[in-house]
Amino acid sequence: MMETVTKTPTKESYTEDIKYKLIAENIYASYDGIVAVKNVSMKFRDRAVTALIGPSGCGKTTFLRCLNRMHELTKNATLTGKVLLDGEDLYSNKVDPIINRRKIGMVFQKPNPFPTMSIYDNVACGLKLNGVRDRKILDEVVEGCLKMASLWDEVKGDLKKPGMSLSGGQQQRLCIDRALAIQPEVLLMDEPASALDPIATQKIEEMIQELKKEYTIIIVTHNMQQATRVSDYTGFMYLGDLVEFGETKQIFENPRNETTAKYVQGQFG
Amino acid sequence: MVDPLISGLITKCIMMTIKMKKGSPHVDKIFKYVAIGAATYVLAIIALIVFNLGTGSAQVWQQEGISFLTGSDWNSVEGRESYGAAPYIMGTLVNAGIAMAIAIPLSFGIAMFLSELSPRLLRTPLAMVIELLAAVPSVVYGLWGLLVFRSYIKDWIEAPLHNVFGDNSIIFAGTPFGLDILTASIVLAIMIIPTIASISKEIMMAVPNSQREAAYMLGATKWEAFRLAVLPYSKSGLIGACILGLGRAVGETMAVTMLIGNATGAAAFPSSLFQPGQTLASIVANEFAEASQGGLHLAALVGIGLILFMMAFAINVVAHLLVAKVVKSHEGAVLA
Amino acid sequence: MITPEQRAEFRTYFRYNVGRRLLLDKIVKGTVFLCVVVAIVPLIAILVDVFTNGSAALSWDFLTKIPGAVGSDDPGGIGPAIQGTIVLIGLSSLIGVPVGVMGGIFLSEYGNNRYGRTVRFFNDVLAEFPTIVIGVFTFVLVVLTIGNFSVWAGSFALSIVMLPIVMRTTEESLKLVPVTYREAGYALGIRRYRVVFTIVLNSAKSGLVTGILLSVARIAGETAPLVFTILGSSQFINGLDGPIDALPLRIWRLSSLPYDSAVTQGWGAAFVLIILVLSINIGVRYLFLQKKEKTFLKFKRLGAIS
Repeated sequence: MMETVTKTPTKESYTEDIKYKLIAENIYASYDGIVAVKNVSMKFRDRAVTALIGPSGCGKTTFLRCLNRMHELTKNATLTGKVLLDGEDLYSNKVDPIINRRKIGMVFQKPNPFPTMSIYDNVACGLKLNGVRDRKILDEVVEGCLKMASLWDEVKGDLKKPGMSLSGGQQQRLCIDRALAIQPEVLLMDEPASALDPIATQKIEEMIQELKKEYTIIIVTHNMQQATRVSDYTGFMYLGDLVEFGETKQIFENPRNETTAKYVQGQFG
Repeated sequence: MVDPLISGLITKCIMMTIKMKKGSPHVDKIFKYVAIGAATYVLAIIALIVFNLGTGSAQVWQQEGISFLTGSDWNSVEGRESYGAAPYIMGTLVNAGIAMAIAIPLSFGIAMFLSELSPRLLRTPLAMVIELLAAVPSVVYGLWGLLVFRSYIKDWIEAPLHNVFGDNSIIFAGTPFGLDILTASIVLAIMIIPTIASISKEIMMAVPNSQREAAYMLGATKWEAFRLAVLPYSKSGLIGACILGLGRAVGETMAVTMLIGNATGAAAFPSSLFQPGQTLASIVANEFAEASQGGLHLAALVGIGLILFMMAFAINVVAHLLVAKVVKSHEGAVLA
Repeated sequence: MITPEQRAEFRTYFRYNVGRRLLLDKIVKGTVFLCVVVAIVPLIAILVDVFTNGSAALSWDFLTKIPGAVGSDDPGGIGPAIQGTIVLIGLSSLIGVPVGVMGGIFLSEYGNNRYGRTVRFFNDVLAEFPTIVIGVFTFVLVVLTIGNFSVWAGSFALSIVMLPIVMRTTEESLKLVPVTYREAGYALGIRRYRVVFTIVLNSAKSGLVTGILLSVARIAGETAPLVFTILGSSQFINGLDGPIDALPLRIWRLSSLPYDSAVTQGWGAAFVLIILVLSINIGVRYLFLQKKEKTFLKFKRLGAIS
């Protein structure tokens, strides 16, 4: 089961490590005494979408949260291993997590806009945090981000309205905008469409297609159709292990591992 | 196989017991009315409180009119009787105000520590100690203030302040004695800290973690996450907690009575922190034993009870409306 | 749409103020920690002082004897005060508990209407009333009417203090009983009052007991309503229509006496009172609340615990 753990896409196997944006090495993670991720190593290519699939409780969300040091905020969390962003270890003691979290944006399962802030402030608050005071720049970034999520046309008249006044799908896109506004280099998405209806899901997926031209995107999903639609590479996790990792097409059409094959054929999960 | 006759008998028995258990419809009605009656009892009590305090103090309102609220004379010597509650109203407000000014930042600090910063090992025992302290009777706080805290505050706070600023400054004028507005308000603050802190902690901990995570995702520090995610979300609840604390501070009797020094009349107008004062609650507790039945003095004390009732009622109505509004506005929000 | 060039440009606007922000974070954390220390020191000091000074005063005589004459050599004990507090708790529970539980049943079973909301609101307000107001009220209503201070008057006043607490905690614990339990009863054709008494109250009894015990702890420490109703006494109880002593009242009286023995006795009485109140509070936590964190939180928000 473990022989494919460090498998990288065959086509790219000759390339240097340096071409990968984000590299996770030997991640072990646990919380409340439960080991959720066991020795997972993965390399994520720049300007591509990598999907993590697997049944519930397989550790994919925990693994995702390790990538921007969000896991350590969970109670009783422990973690060993390395995460390299552009070759720099996120977990080294020299760097405060807040610096790197800015470079790695994250979108959560449920839309969680700040309920008391307006739509505008929801997008702009990350910038303000980072010391951007210039009103013109703020306006420009907010508009640009909202346009990327094709939310601009829907809300441009009422930017001062509270973020909670939007529909669920719009809220989730607002949250993506909030993450994009701080100009991250990597975007982590934790089942971003699981709480949304099909139309909103489609909009989010279109947005991902658009965003991958410029970002490294890692998306957790347990919807296999979604993984085939949006991702270039897919990792299948099961019981805390990374069972198989490869090009999406290969994983779904020609899985090398038996468990993977059973899962993608819908025999369990 | 069970004999069909016997099984039929058993069924019959079960049916009968169920029938008996059903009870009669009359009892059901009576039960409902008794329940309604018990609930109405609460409203009746409140109505009775207003009515009784009103009639009990009618005499003083007739005699003094509006000057019962605005006057500052307080004389119970027969023939020269005169009652004005203004110094005590002011005293109550000043005393509660100082106590709130001390208690709110400290309580929020505790609440923030417990909900955001504390290591898990420390959180439970600390929260428990705070909650238990909220249960300590006020007379015990008063006793401690009188026997222990008073001398500390006299020697360590009041004397140095008095020596530095002297009688020239208004708020530090007067010889430090320890039984004064400052001592009473500090002990009052100590008393309401557990209340405000534990309610605030609950309110802060009720903020969903997804809000904090959103802030951390943007690269926020702990403080920034608190400011961005926790504070706006819990703001009105925290205000409600403070107003509840204020309600307690205004109505607190025993500890204040034991520590405030009990000035009467115009002398009770709060000016210096080191001067004896008087609150609405403490004047009633102090002079009650001296008032003769049916006299104007007693009516004046009951009248003060009525003023206190009105103040506390207004404060609590505002607090409960505020808290109810928070609960309402947060239900369904965020999860939408 | 934001181009990569724009993105790079935006990034240049970020001020690398991380150092300052982390410093501010540290300052805030330090301040918060200081707040905790400043607030917790006097609070702990109270407990420590009461425990050390109070336990020194403790003896069998102290707990059972009547107080000595003021200023005499024999300080006596606080027997009547302990007895009085127990009698007062018993009598006020006799009024407060049935009415409170029935009121709570009303709020939870029949209270989903305008009248229910009104009662709930005023009940919450009553729970936070200054107890001295209740004392003055009882004085006007009971003491002036009857003509003398009595145990009855004190019990009535304390029952008003405990009533709203019992009512709300009853309501909250009844509401936690799943609707399906009630439906199961109705399906068998059992009358509503029987469903409430046999099924609902039975499933909610630990919450109910918790609420009642917490309200008892609360009234055990109340002083203000007693000043106007039971007057205080240095004798053991002598009929329910006469004056009586109570622990908090005794503490208050002792605190105003200028004798060293009175101070010692004051600490001793405070110690007994605190042990009573805290043991109820801690006991309740461990006996009934381990699995019922949520109800407990609600109780706390209702102020039942303070």
